[in-house]
Amino acid sequence: MAQYTVEMLHITKRFPGIIANDDITLQLKRGEIHALLGENGAGKSTLMSVLFGLYQPEEGEIRINGERVDIRDPNDANDLGIGMVHQHFKLVECFTVLDNIIMGVESTKGPFLQKAEARKRVLELSEKYGLQVDPDALVEDITVGMQQRTEILKMLYRDNDILIFDEPTAVLTPQEIDELMQIMRNLAAEGKSILFISHKLAEIMSVADRCSVLRKGKYVGTVDTKDTTAEGLSSMMVGRDVSFSVEKKPAETGEVVLEVRDMRVASKIHKNDAVRGVSFQVRRGEIVCIAGIDGNGQTELVYGLTGLEPLKGGTVSLCGKEITNASIRKRSVMGMSHIPEDRHKHGLVLDYSLEDNLVLQRYFEPEFTNRAGFMRRGNIRAYAERLIQQYDVRSGQGAATTTRSMSGGNQQKAIVAREIDKDPELLIAVQPTRGLDVGAIEYIHSQIVAQRDAGKGVLLVSLELDEVINVSDRILVMYEGEIVGEFDPKQVTVDVLGLYMAGAKREEGQP
Amino acid sequence: MNERKPKRSLLDRQGIQTLIASLLCIVLGLLVGFIALLIINPGGAVKGILAIVKNFFYLPNARMQMQYFGSTLVKTAPLIMCSLSVLFAYKVGLFNIGAAGQYVMGAGASLYCALALNMPWYVCLIAAILAGGILGGISGALKAYCNVNEVISCIMLNWISLYSVNTLLAGVKESTSPYTKAVDTSNPSAMLPTLGLNQVFGNKYVTLALPLVMVVAVVIFILLEKTKLGYELKATGANRAAAKYAGMRENRNLILTMVISGGLAAMGASLFYLTGIEQWSVTQSSVPGMGFNGIAAAFLGGLNPIGAIFSSYFIQHITDGGGYVDKSMYAAQISDLISSLIIYLCGFVLFFRTFMSDRIAKRMEMRRQAALAAEEGHGKGGVE
Repeated sequence: MAQYTVEMLHITKRFPGIIANDDITLQLKRGEIHALLGENGAGKSTLMSVLFGLYQPEEGEIRINGERVDIRDPNDANDLGIGMVHQHFKLVECFTVLDNIIMGVESTKGPFLQKAEARKRVLELSEKYGLQVDPDALVEDITVGMQQRTEILKMLYRDNDILIFDEPTAVLTPQEIDELMQIMRNLAAEGKSILFISHKLAEIMSVADRCSVLRKGKYVGTVDTKDTTAEGLSSMMVGRDVSFSVEKKPAETGEVVLEVRDMRVASKIHKNDAVRGVSFQVRRGEIVCIAGIDGNGQTELVYGLTGLEPLKGGTVSLCGKEITNASIRKRSVMGMSHIPEDRHKHGLVLDYSLEDNLVLQRYFEPEFTNRAGFMRRGNIRAYAERLIQQYDVRSGQGAATTTRSMSGGNQQKAIVAREIDKDPELLIAVQPTRGLDVGAIEYIHSQIVAQRDAGKGVLLVSLELDEVINVSDRILVMYEGEIVGEFDPKQVTVDVLGLYMAGAKREEGQP
Repeated sequence: MNERKPKRSLLDRQGIQTLIASLLCIVLGLLVGFIALLIINPGGAVKGILAIVKNFFYLPNARMQMQYFGSTLVKTAPLIMCSLSVLFAYKVGLFNIGAAGQYVMGAGASLYCALALNMPWYVCLIAAILAGGILGGISGALKAYCNVNEVISCIMLNWISLYSVNTLLAGVKESTSPYTKAVDTSNPSAMLPTLGLNQVFGNKYVTLALPLVMVVAVVIFILLEKTKLGYELKATGANRAAAKYAGMRENRNLILTMVISGGLAAMGASLFYLTGIEQWSVTQSSVPGMGFNGIAAAFLGGLNPIGAIFSSYFIQHITDGGGYVDKSMYAAQISDLISSLIIYLCGFVLFFRTFMSDRIAKRMEMRRQAALAAEEGHGKGGVE
């Protein structure tokens, strides 16, 4: 029997203007947990899409159990026993767990489903691997952890032997992460081969046997986790010794720009409030960072601040004036800039040209609209071209490019340019570097620090601990809709922050 | 990454693609119509399809041709308004299938003002616009505040408006027929001014309607492409969440769009019935097709207000042309069948355009790949 269940040898995949995978080799042993590590944009997703037949590589070959195979579409991949748990689950919310598991491979007698048999097998599998699920619960009613277990059972039900987990811990609580790690070990012990895609070093060190590292589309190497350290992996991933530290002067704080008192915001998902009585201040010349695991109320907090959602209680003041019930436009004109979490949903009108997006917050000003209500196209073009130049926004056809056709990094740069050039009093930046490469991240961090140095208040919401510690002047940790701790980034460690973020600790005196 | 921009071929322009797609649809529609004629009665098919294409040119002399050209134009005006109504809403991301109902409201309001209240034509026209705007606004508000799909609410309002208008106009109908009283004899002040166009065409129904409609088309074009309001409305249509984020009042924009859209369709009805060319039958039990044909005309015109003028004329031209098909060889309904076949195929413009631009994009992409490979072959790599 071949030593490797999956071999991807010298895979090269090009896209116009970029080589997403450049001569990448990945070999997965039977029964091992193999981590695939790389920054956003390193080529992990492309490589997995090649394995699933979504893309055809220009060069290289794929072998399954030593035999060369040609994977044309996901059905081929499934026939070869490859299954994947996507970062965003692919479940039908209004179906039961059992229905989701058997969907597509239902056993039938004539036109009728044979669910009893399926249920028996699902329960057997769930017993064998320690995957607790309630087969009759609707997916929309169960926890994220159970949804993930449903996804895993889906793969097992299809007799998949090669299991791919794409960033599986991003949505889980620490306890659920521990459970998942145990499940992965059980699966590997039963002879399943697991590919674990992540950029969280601690998890890789704890669960993986080996780790392959990609950087900017190139293969860096494969190491045994027992022979390396988190720091070692990190420098492989980034390509240099990681300092991550952002050059900045000490903060010189001034008057209060943003004052939030006892803010409450309703949740769209559950009956409890998403934000439960949060109070804090942001002063001129400081970067305050809200840290926390995804889904602990940060999104709703920002919606409440920016006016996208109404408050259930509490007050918000900007530069001393109350704006609790002010319109979004009013807040914007008063000096609030907002780099939104979801650049495609909120940040951009993708079908508009770059120039039209660059004036999205200012199109109504006299510079861009004359008194009769006509757009001043010449001024808009000139303004857009200045921003494009100054913030180095790259696109195919300059200001007239359809925004949809631009790369994610340049779309984000366009938003950053627009929001910073508005010359705000307060800049709210939510995960401003998500999905960007190292160069763009550094650039955006430097722009944020420049805003601070220019005497603006900055509120940064981030899920990346490195970003939290390196960019901010003050850290507030949010857990289940409350602020559970305040820290000085110079005196706190990632481990301590992690404990607070996971709800294991909270500061005395914090409500 | 600073790639050389590949030269854009003429075919890559969206306007040209739309035009080609529209012409393709027209040819295809005529072809299918011809095949239908062949199947029903092979002997008269060639003559039949020619009659449809010729329309008034079928008539023996220039004077009559001009007169019937005028008639086609009179019916084109409301169609242009309906297609403007549909395309305006479509640009803002709404599908106004309620143009038909708004058209009915426009007819009802203007005829009631003309016949029951003895109002002059401009009051009737404004009443129609208001009535249509309110009806459209109802659908818009339901969408904005209750998230009711505008297609559903529009379809239901179509029927509600038809029977309301039938009830309303029953009070001003002729005693011996189901038709409303003739506007020209009951209230001449409600007749649209002719501006002398009636003499040019030798057709008393040709009025200021057509020039007015063309002005409206240009206004809509400018509104959408050049103004702040157009920028806001299109942003709301393309991405409602982003419009809200940018501080636009997205709910107001949705409602305003439907109000304008409804006003346009209703104005079309008013510009038709106030010429006196047709009387409203209070016993009709189907919504007039004008609003629905407006959908086809909007798409055939490439969703461009100026394109809508031409596409609406074409659709009206073949609809009238159907009347000249030899009735001894074909049943009387043949004209409706053929024109509806053609109109149906007109709706495929977007499909053809997408297909074409995909093909062109793919070819460009392959050329670019080849160029890239060649460049690397020369050892010039390192694009980034």
